[in-house]
Amino acid sequence: MKMDISWRFLRVWQRNLAVYRKNWLINFLLPFFSPLFYLVAFGISFSVFIVNIRYDANQVSYISFIAPAIIAINIMNNSFFENTYGSFVRMYYQKTFDAMMSTPLNTEEIITGEIIWGATKSLISSVIMLVVISFFGVVSYPAALLIIPVAFLGGIAFGAVGMCFTSMVKIIDLFSFPVFLFITPMFLFSGTFFPLTGLPVWAQQVALFLPLTHLVNVLRALNYGLFNADVLIGICYLVVFSLITIPIALFKMKRRLIK
Amino acid sequence: MDNDQTLIKATNLKKSFGDFVAVREISFTVEKGVCFGFLGPNGAGKTSTIKMIYGASPVTAGDLFVFGLDIKTQARAIKSRIGVCQQENTLDPDLNVLQNFEIFASYFNIDKKTAQDRTMELLHFFALEQRRNSKVAELSGGMVRRLIIARALINQPELLILDEPTIGLDPQSRHQVWDKLEALKQQGLTILLTTHYMDEAASLCDELVIMDNGTILAQGSPQALISKYTGHHIIEVTEPGPDLVKYIQGKDVWQENLGHRLIIYAAEEHDLYRDLCSRFANKDCLLRSASLEDVFLILTGRELRE
Repeated sequence: MKMDISWRFLRVWQRNLAVYRKNWLINFLLPFFSPLFYLVAFGISFSVFIVNIRYDANQVSYISFIAPAIIAINIMNNSFFENTYGSFVRMYYQKTFDAMMSTPLNTEEIITGEIIWGATKSLISSVIMLVVISFFGVVSYPAALLIIPVAFLGGIAFGAVGMCFTSMVKIIDLFSFPVFLFITPMFLFSGTFFPLTGLPVWAQQVALFLPLTHLVNVLRALNYGLFNADVLIGICYLVVFSLITIPIALFKMKRRLIK
Repeated sequence: MDNDQTLIKATNLKKSFGDFVAVREISFTVEKGVCFGFLGPNGAGKTSTIKMIYGASPVTAGDLFVFGLDIKTQARAIKSRIGVCQQENTLDPDLNVLQNFEIFASYFNIDKKTAQDRTMELLHFFALEQRRNSKVAELSGGMVRRLIIARALINQPELLILDEPTIGLDPQSRHQVWDKLEALKQQGLTILLTTHYMDEAASLCDELVIMDNGTILAQGSPQALISKYTGHHIIEVTEPGPDLVKYIQGKDVWQENLGHRLIIYAAEEHDLYRDLCSRFANKDCLLRSASLEDVFLILTGRELRE
């Protein structure tokens, strides 16, 4: 199947941005308060039990250890949920894609616009979170500013894999499976709230295949101002992961939408 | 191309979904400025045909040219010159009425100023200006339908495609939609529509095809189809007695006995009707003009399509 993508995909992106701006307050409050909740619940309360944690041969505070992971989880959730539940509602219930398909837009542009939008949501919410987390004094600037473009890249990776699931599910409730079997394990076991070294060796090896592990690695290094192998490997992983999942999402969504 | 008056030319057009053939090698042409209708029972292949015309469904076999352009290679150019009104409500519920128009216009790369001007013109034409800030969920079925048609005109299309434009509307709303479509027709817009409402087809279409099982059974103007397939008048007898049935069977007239109803396709004269009335004094004997519905039932049969 031939792929045909023009810059018109930005029209789809603009449509989603227009809706986002209508509900800007809700969209702003969630990334504003969620890091506060996490940092208070885990960072401050847990620090009674955990004072410092070992990272890259140094002792770091627990709150600075989980802060970048909270941003990474937010990147994953924003684009994954946008391109699963959000895109599915637009496609299946709201017939938004049908309307678009009767215009010069084609399915490749619609899906590209959706994925880029999901990544944009990841980016916007990451910026808000970064600002909030900065007040806890656990962000090292200017290196941490690189978290912003990485948020976009990570958003593409998780959005594209979400879109692959969207191309397959027949009913919206089936999204519970990827959430339960893919998102939740990553949330817990990707070196987010405790170092990977706390896991059995086999589990550490499994974790290395998960995209969130790499996103957490990159963000954590950047947050400490380090440019180590984790950053390079993680970015390469996310790029390759996206280069695989985007064509699958485009191809399978085209098959689903065009009969 | 035949001439520059031809807007759509389909030759042996076929659409199949796996083993199921929805459209079986049909050929037709649509001239500029006409209202062309596809009439047929559910599953006849109407929607499949028009979906191929607006590029939402690939052609399985055969040729399809719109504006002289090949749909297989120039779908985007074709789509930018047509307006499509799908069967379902495709208004964007996340946006209000004005935003629906402006964002839809952006899909055609229409600049914002032009889009705003056209939106106000279209809302005025469809008498919906008061609703410009409404949410989609607050609108009635008739308003939604008019808005979808109005929105389909935002790119000033040369061809308007409507899939069951008045399905599910109350009579007032249907007539309002017809009025607007009639006015658009007067402005010279070419309209292509599918319907299974006979009155809609008869009042709007200059030319129509009757489809069933993916094939075209008949083509012509509504009046030409009526005179070709039914004659001009029909006598309907409710609960015909056995002697009447026997008498009619002795006559050389085309008839259909449905048990509780006897339908006689009488040509021009009223003689047979008078004859029947005087002989059998049957008060349930009715003489009426033949309609498109009679043609439709003759061609597609009376079985339910379920």
